[in-house]
Amino acid sequence: MDRFVWASGLLELEETLVIQQRGVRVYDGEEKVRFDSGVLLLSTHRLLWRDQKNHECCIALPLSQIVFIEEQAAGIGKSAKIVVHLHPASSNKEPGPFQSSKYSYIKLSFKEHGQIEFYRRLSEEITQRRWENVPAAQTIQVNKSPQAGRIRAVGIVGIERKLEEKRKETDKNISEAKDMVELSKSIANKIKEKQGDITEDETIRFKSYLLSMGIANPVTRETYGSGTHYHMQLAKQLAGILQTPLEERGGIMSLTEVYCMVNRARGLELLSPEDLVNACKMLESLKLPLRLRIFDSGVMVIELQSHNEEEMVASALETVSEKGSLTADEFAKLVGMSVLLAKERLLLAEKMGHLCRDDSVEGLRFYPNLFMTQS
Amino acid sequence: MSFAWPWQYSFPPFFTLQPNGDTRRKQLAAWCALVLGYCRWQRLHAMTVREAHDGPLFANQRLQRKLPLEAVQVVLEELRKQGNLEWLDKNKSSFLIMWKRPEEWGKLIYQWVSKNGLTNSVFTLYELTSGDDTENEEFHGLDESMLLRALQALQQEHKAEIITLDDGRGVKFF
Repeated sequence: MDRFVWASGLLELEETLVIQQRGVRVYDGEEKVRFDSGVLLLSTHRLLWRDQKNHECCIALPLSQIVFIEEQAAGIGKSAKIVVHLHPASSNKEPGPFQSSKYSYIKLSFKEHGQIEFYRRLSEEITQRRWENVPAAQTIQVNKSPQAGRIRAVGIVGIERKLEEKRKETDKNISEAKDMVELSKSIANKIKEKQGDITEDETIRFKSYLLSMGIANPVTRETYGSGTHYHMQLAKQLAGILQTPLEERGGIMSLTEVYCMVNRARGLELLSPEDLVNACKMLESLKLPLRLRIFDSGVMVIELQSHNEEEMVASALETVSEKGSLTADEFAKLVGMSVLLAKERLLLAEKMGHLCRDDSVEGLRFYPNLFMTQS
Repeated sequence: MSFAWPWQYSFPPFFTLQPNGDTRRKQLAAWCALVLGYCRWQRLHAMTVREAHDGPLFANQRLQRKLPLEAVQVVLEELRKQGNLEWLDKNKSSFLIMWKRPEEWGKLIYQWVSKNGLTNSVFTLYELTSGDDTENEEFHGLDESMLLRALQALQQEHKAEIITLDDGRGVKFF
């Protein structure tokens, strides 16, 4: 505890707050001290503790004093703790609450939890040593013990050196990016002009760039070369899979239903939503027996070519007229459709002028459009 | 005799502004006719939007339906475009409802004047709108500004002349 100094609790210029936690008790080694209930603050430079009952009482410890930290799990009746092992205090240290201590470590007890996150952040700060990049104030105690091989960069020279390193790295990134951009442009042009195949060499280079960026190898697309061809094959596949299910469902299915059904069938090589939509967009142009339809609301469905939604509207009108009025739920139940598709049908009927709506706190109901039929 | 509400007034969709364009046109036409009919029956010449919105005109208690305020404003705007409504203030909080246009009022007043052999007489504006003689006339209680416009219309036709009297204005019929 003798490494602590009295502090104002204010952060210095360049010093940033990382995390804070209430309800922390400080121990000098194994012994309880009077600092029993406070807010523990971690900054880029220091560890501060402020008494919750008396805000004027605030102590601080430079992070450079820390050798290493350990976690101590919570027990019955005991809060989780962080044990902070410290370097000896320097002789010209500012005044603090303790002149001496028989321990070379302190413990921080987290009575209101928060220990896990605090430990993580404290580890980070100790590893990153951000206080070395930008010395906050003259009173910061610099670590006295030697550290193998590291060039401590402090002061203006240190800052300049760090900037130089960063500049070099950025230059490297930019030159890599330039290569990447050239390559993708060439590939894009080739695709556009449909000029032969992309060379194996280019493909390999491209893949390695993607991998270095962390993008997984797009295996399935590979088999078919460019994306569009892939979607064409997929569209044909879909037509095969969906014909019977569509017939069983009155000729229409929402795209979400299709997505689930198709992926369930594929098992491992799952289809992404984008790939499904792109494939479905090609159905009509490929003259396949199904088509993608997008309603005004944005809802997307797959219909059999033979399906005529407008005709279904006429029958919907009959159903609604018989019952006087219907909600989408009621209609869905009556007809044996999904509520989503039932609503789309009713909305289409409204758009065509056969139905009108009654929108109130009781819900949305559809009525035959008497405005048009009755004088 | 109680007011004869139109069939739409008992039709719940009447109280929801219809999204379909054609349907909406029919709906608004019905609302405009209802507003004019109702105000005429009540002999209302001016109203505030709040009064209108809170009254039986736009809310059917039995049906538990009320036309939302934004839709009421659409109806009022429709009436304004037709020439049957005028805003009395910039905030559009109160309005004149003209179930008869000024020329129509003028004609009615002149009919009463000639029927009673009162041409060549002078009347104060007050006498016309609030006098005992006109109690059973439709123009009884007419808003003064409306009356003036009606008389101006007659003036155009040389059937009347608006004059200034000691304590206000009046009109002479020819």
